[in-house]
Amino acid sequence: MSAAYKPNEIMTIAAARALRNEDVCFVGIGMPSAASNVARLTHAPGITLIYESGTVATKPTVLPLSIGDGELCDTALTTVSVPEMFRYWLQGGRITVGFLGGAQIDKYANLNTTVVGPYDKPKVRLPGGGGAPEIANSCGEIFIIMAQGKRGFVGKLDFVTSLGHGEGGKHREKLGVKTKGPTRLVTDLCIFEPDPETKEMTVVSIHPGVTREQIQDNTGWQVRYANKVAETAPPTAQELDVLRELHARTARAHGEAAQKE
Amino acid sequence: MSRVLSLAEAVESVVRDGDTVSMEGFTHLIPHAAGHEVIRQGRKHLTLIRMTPDLIYDQMIGMGCADRLVFSWGGNPGVGSLHRLRDAIENGWPHKLEIEEHSHAAMANAYEAGAAGLPCAVFRGYIGTDLPKVNPKIKSITCPYTGEKLATVPAHRPDAAVIHALKADREGNVLLEGILGVQKEAVLAAKRSLVTVEEVVDDFGPRSLNACILPSWTVSAIAVVPGGAFPSYAQGYYTRFNAFYKEWDGISRERDSFLAWMKENVLGKTPDVFAAHVRALRIAAE
Repeated sequence: MSAAYKPNEIMTIAAARALRNEDVCFVGIGMPSAASNVARLTHAPGITLIYESGTVATKPTVLPLSIGDGELCDTALTTVSVPEMFRYWLQGGRITVGFLGGAQIDKYANLNTTVVGPYDKPKVRLPGGGGAPEIANSCGEIFIIMAQGKRGFVGKLDFVTSLGHGEGGKHREKLGVKTKGPTRLVTDLCIFEPDPETKEMTVVSIHPGVTREQIQDNTGWQVRYANKVAETAPPTAQELDVLRELHARTARAHGEAAQKE
Repeated sequence: MSRVLSLAEAVESVVRDGDTVSMEGFTHLIPHAAGHEVIRQGRKHLTLIRMTPDLIYDQMIGMGCADRLVFSWGGNPGVGSLHRLRDAIENGWPHKLEIEEHSHAAMANAYEAGAAGLPCAVFRGYIGTDLPKVNPKIKSITCPYTGEKLATVPAHRPDAAVIHALKADREGNVLLEGILGVQKEAVLAAKRSLVTVEEVVDDFGPRSLNACILPSWTVSAIAVVPGGAFPSYAQGYYTRFNAFYKEWDGISRERDSFLAWMKENVLGKTPDVFAAHVRALRIAAE
């Protein structure tokens, strides 16, 4: 039974389930893109997917490698310029959910995608913020998807690229931010939601077969649990089919392009 | 009025040593052939502005063209790191690279402000992030009407903007379609501009009444380079060559393999190779 799906499959599917049919979702590349499209192809056919390249209401049949593959533009309702995307659509408050990943996260769901080690003498220079610093504050709420491990789930970030709940409590409000920030963090082990008071990311659901010990071993802070912790429903056959077919179509599309050369 | 030149002549007249240069194209229409020509002509001490440095700046940085980089996301999209960019930042190879780092929203706003002739861009951004701590150009301004604190960055006013577009007509007007990125803003913000195009046509023919067109008098030079965006793409002409973006990860990882590839594929070549690169990727005419 537990061999029927892989940890990254339940992660993607559990993240997809959080999206609603009426959402307008600003989609990051990689796992957020896979989860958003699974949602669109299963329970949320009416969802509006927006990529920062300017493509509005796009319906890709294969997952893009980059944020601006032609597939996104070909299947979009309309495509706007990048300044318009960031000014009217994101800053203008038209997006209900921003869907992000990251390299490092802390217990208040602040994200680092900039640098490991000191900024001026980096141990590892990561790509940087891209759209994330403003996505994090301009979307109604934020979902985060990240595989769990001690390198990524750290006690203290080397750099805050995008704001989560800051130092917790009412920190966002104090900074003048009116949106909710991260309301859900889905990993390959469990699902976190912020505590209503402290805003610390708290485990509310554990994927089948995963232990609390495993979760702690893969987290760089003392993990807290909600009073009631659910077991994540395993992926349905339909969800798995949709996800696997999407990945297979994507691999074929990218592979075919490679063979042409 | 724009002049149609060879790519070598166009780069020579538009991009000069020590310039601040924007070579834009948001995944789509990245002017790779022009990037190679800048490398062949051995431009030095450039300040390179680009939202996503991509392979084009990874190559230029690795070949020593740049002293400074202004950017907002420096990865190989969907693949991983830009190894030449990282080597320059982490190890100062081939020489030290100064960086000025922003978010996408800031870069897009800065181009728009440049095109609008304003000294700075104003937007709601950078709240709660560490970027203002490492980039002193990020400042804030208080709205005189509401009292809201807003972020501000200087407008981008490059010496030269370089973009790739779909086509030019005989009068030297330029047409872009598909993902437009910040190219129109970059050209209108710049003192000089160079546009490489897939083809020159007698007439643009039927098009949207709101098509994105840069009139001839906003462009300094046009060079016809079919395939000039490869391995990026040109909507309706050829698709993005995702496999090469993956391959670049291996080529660029080590200095020796990078230099060997540049020697083989850029230094000893002409812009004509781009047409051959995209032959297999061409979208069949409907």
